[in-house]
Amino acid sequence: MPLNVVSLVSVGRHPQSGRQRRAEQDGRAVELGMNLKVVQNSQLTVLHAGASSEPVLRTYAGMGLPELKVLELAEQDDAVPALGDYLQSANADIVLTGVRAESGESSGMVPYLLAEQLGWPLVPRIADIVSIDDGVAEILLALPRGQRRAVSVPLPFVASVDNAAAEARQTAYGPGMRARIEGNKAVTEVDEVRAGWQESDAKPRPKRLKVVKAKTAADRFKAATAKPQGKAGKVMKSESAKEQAEEIFKLLLEEKVIK
Amino acid sequence: MSFEWLHPALIATALVLAVIGAVRRVSLWRAGQPDQVNLMAGLMAMPKRYLHDLHDVVERDKYMSKTHAATGGGFVLSAVLIILVHLFDVDSQILAWALLASSALMFVGALFVFKRRLNPPSRISKGPWMRLPKSLLAFAGSFFILTLPAAGILPEGFLLQTGNVLLTVVLTALIIWGMGEMFFGMSWGGPMKHAFAGALHLAFHRRQERFGGGRSTGLKPVDLSVVEEFNPATSDKQVLGVAKPKDFKWNQLLGFDACVQCGRCEAMCPAFAAGQPLNPKKLIQDMVIGLAGGDDAKYAGSPYPGKEVGNAKGGPELIITDGLVSPETLWSCTTCRACVEECPMMIEHVDAIVDMRRFLTMEKGETPNKGAEILDNIIATDNPNGYSPASRTNWAADQNLPVMSDVKQAEVLFWVSDGAFDMRSQRILRSFVKLLKAANVDFAVLGDEELDSGDVARRLGDDAAFQNLAKRNLETLSKYKFSKIVTTDPHAYHCLRNEYQDLGSNALDGVEVLHHTTFLNELVQAGKLRLDSFNGGTVTYHDPCYLGRYNGEYEAPRELLRSLGIEIAEMERSGFRSRCCGGGGGAPITDIPGERRIADMRMEEVNSTGAELVAVGCQQCTAMLEGVAEPRPEVKDIAEILAGQLIEEVH
Ligand code: SF4
Ligand code: SF4
Repeated sequence: MPLNVVSLVSVGRHPQSGRQRRAEQDGRAVELGMNLKVVQNSQLTVLHAGASSEPVLRTYAGMGLPELKVLELAEQDDAVPALGDYLQSANADIVLTGVRAESGESSGMVPYLLAEQLGWPLVPRIADIVSIDDGVAEILLALPRGQRRAVSVPLPFVASVDNAAAEARQTAYGPGMRARIEGNKAVTEVDEVRAGWQESDAKPRPKRLKVVKAKTAADRFKAATAKPQGKAGKVMKSESAKEQAEEIFKLLLEEKVIK
Repeated sequence: MSFEWLHPALIATALVLAVIGAVRRVSLWRAGQPDQVNLMAGLMAMPKRYLHDLHDVVERDKYMSKTHAATGGGFVLSAVLIILVHLFDVDSQILAWALLASSALMFVGALFVFKRRLNPPSRISKGPWMRLPKSLLAFAGSFFILTLPAAGILPEGFLLQTGNVLLTVVLTALIIWGMGEMFFGMSWGGPMKHAFAGALHLAFHRRQERFGGGRSTGLKPVDLSVVEEFNPATSDKQVLGVAKPKDFKWNQLLGFDACVQCGRCEAMCPAFAAGQPLNPKKLIQDMVIGLAGGDDAKYAGSPYPGKEVGNAKGGPELIITDGLVSPETLWSCTTCRACVEECPMMIEHVDAIVDMRRFLTMEKGETPNKGAEILDNIIATDNPNGYSPASRTNWAADQNLPVMSDVKQAEVLFWVSDGAFDMRSQRILRSFVKLLKAANVDFAVLGDEELDSGDVARRLGDDAAFQNLAKRNLETLSKYKFSKIVTTDPHAYHCLRNEYQDLGSNALDGVEVLHHTTFLNELVQAGKLRLDSFNGGTVTYHDPCYLGRYNGEYEAPRELLRSLGIEIAEMERSGFRSRCCGGGGGAPITDIPGERRIADMRMEEVNSTGAELVAVGCQQCTAMLEGVAEPRPEVKDIAEILAGQLIEEVH
């Protein structure tokens, strides 16, 4: 049976004009899904939780998608229960999302909440899925400064797609307009927490000027590319898994992540 | 034994075959899409269009125009008379003498064609075209001899006497050859096809406004409703732009067939000269392959630079960019219209190129290099570089400009264009404002309400984005009162003046759209600006394509320079033959590599005039020419030069 890949898309927001657009990272999630479709012969579903009349969805469709699925939600509804409910029954193997949305709460929590609800691992900030064999995916995680880390993750999983992933292909007007955008009834749950919030525009804060200490171009280059020299923490490679786990547990207690 | 039936029978056969070929050829054109043309009126106007519009272009090459008049005129006359004298056997010495005269005329013309072909320039095609002068001679010569008896010079029946068998055989062979080329070849795809298709193209041209000295340069809008009311059952007819040859309008196909492969377009094309993979002549020939089906093995002209001939295949139902023309070829064009201006057959290369780009952008999403990013920006921020729309008027923070949303009306609306975001262009804008203020012009700007004109989006094939911008701009314009729009950007000028009218708005009714050089010239002529004479050395002027060829404004900029006492050192390619700076048509965005840069070639031409300053009338040309490595002459917009010579009143 072919793999089932689902890319989640949201309504983006242009940083300069504030206008709605295809979100950068979601576009990359679709791009990755489309590439997997070619390489892995997988199936791709592009899914949006919101209004099927949303014009921005056409810009995702313009990448060459014959159809998009929409879980019809109203403005005040929470997207997570609807998505979770759908994915539970959709037999998905891989769910791809952006790291965080460009509009709305933009908390970056959706992939985490979904992974929790589905009970799947979450792979954050991926740059690429290199291969999938026997139900295990070889994934490249994006680290700062162009570094990558290879991890193997058993299916199914949720992954958030980093800006380091392949850029979304150009969107074409014709196919975008022709695509079928199908609205589906969904579980609706009003986002009560959010309903109580007040929103106001962020005020631009004055920026602290950076004092450049480097005297030569070589110094500047080093400053820009060197790995941050973390003072705390240690790398444990050869220790046993038990020792490693204990160390992590100790750290979490120290940092008051768990009590 | 008598062979009197032989020659009439041959003529009749050739004519019948010609008619069959013609019907077949017409059916090839009819595979194209319908277009509104008045067939009768077109046919009636054809002779006049031939004598004026076509010959005005041919006339630029005096040798060829005389040669063509003799050969073509002689042929048409001879053909009619041959039918009368030899086919219908009309017994009239006058007609026979007329036929002698016309075939002699044609013969003389053909000799000159022959001479031109002895050492042909590289731009013209060889192959079957090299045979044409000989065929012309065979046709004219053989019918001259055949007519001698009818004119009473040789005794009746002389040629068919048994003693003259050899003469008869040779003569008959020449007649068959001549008629094969002239009648049969005309409708079956030989070089003479140009006469048949060319005549009809004059009658049914897609831009009828071009005839009688008119100008028609605005691109035609794409009908976007075909995707908005999408119907899967007829989806193959609903492509945006041109994917297959049959997606062209039928009269565009007819136009391609009219090409004489004279290569004048090739000699003018900046992309070809720069070694980019474009040759407008080859492109048109490839379109002919597309409409008729086949491959380019027989093409005998210059190739697309860097690409071998012989690998292109096409057909009416085949996607053009899959094997007939490579996308790079289409993206190399700067839309400078030099080819269209030069084409004696009035073929519209730019329309065809943009039609095919529309398919690549709007259906395939394959605009090369920076194309996608620029289009995204235009859509999301209304300017190509993605700046905040709220910063559009930052350049004028110290200018105290009247804004339309405050004043509601003004005599002149100053269309600022996207130059507002570019520091170099801002110098031009400031200079122009200085002049407007000095001349006390009642003007206002749209401020942040102004949007990109849509020029780049349209040339990159995204007509949806263009139409969206144009409609929103027109809506803004309709809110205010003004009698003139003046802009320093020839591209915006062209859109506002020639392309916005197709979008069903009356916001520009009765409004005069002017380029700043035209407007400034009016001010200077009216004595509204006091200017010092200029003595900064030799000056040349570069005609922007979108001002000159697109809008016919060659004089105002020159008059302005002359009013400063400048004697312009003209470049060899100037006026309607000006060479593009390389900046039009989104070419800097798609950036197809060649062997040279177009801007460098243009700067060489500037250098050969010895100019120390090159005056331009376009921010894009300024940017392109200033991008040439120093040392090079200074580049200034005419507004900047004028502002520098302004005598300011001291109060
Ligand atoms: S397109 Fe026009 S200018 Fe170019 S070769 Fe053909 S006839 Fe000549
Ligand atoms: S418009 Fe200019 S660049 Fe394009 S084919 Fe014609 S001459 Fe060449």
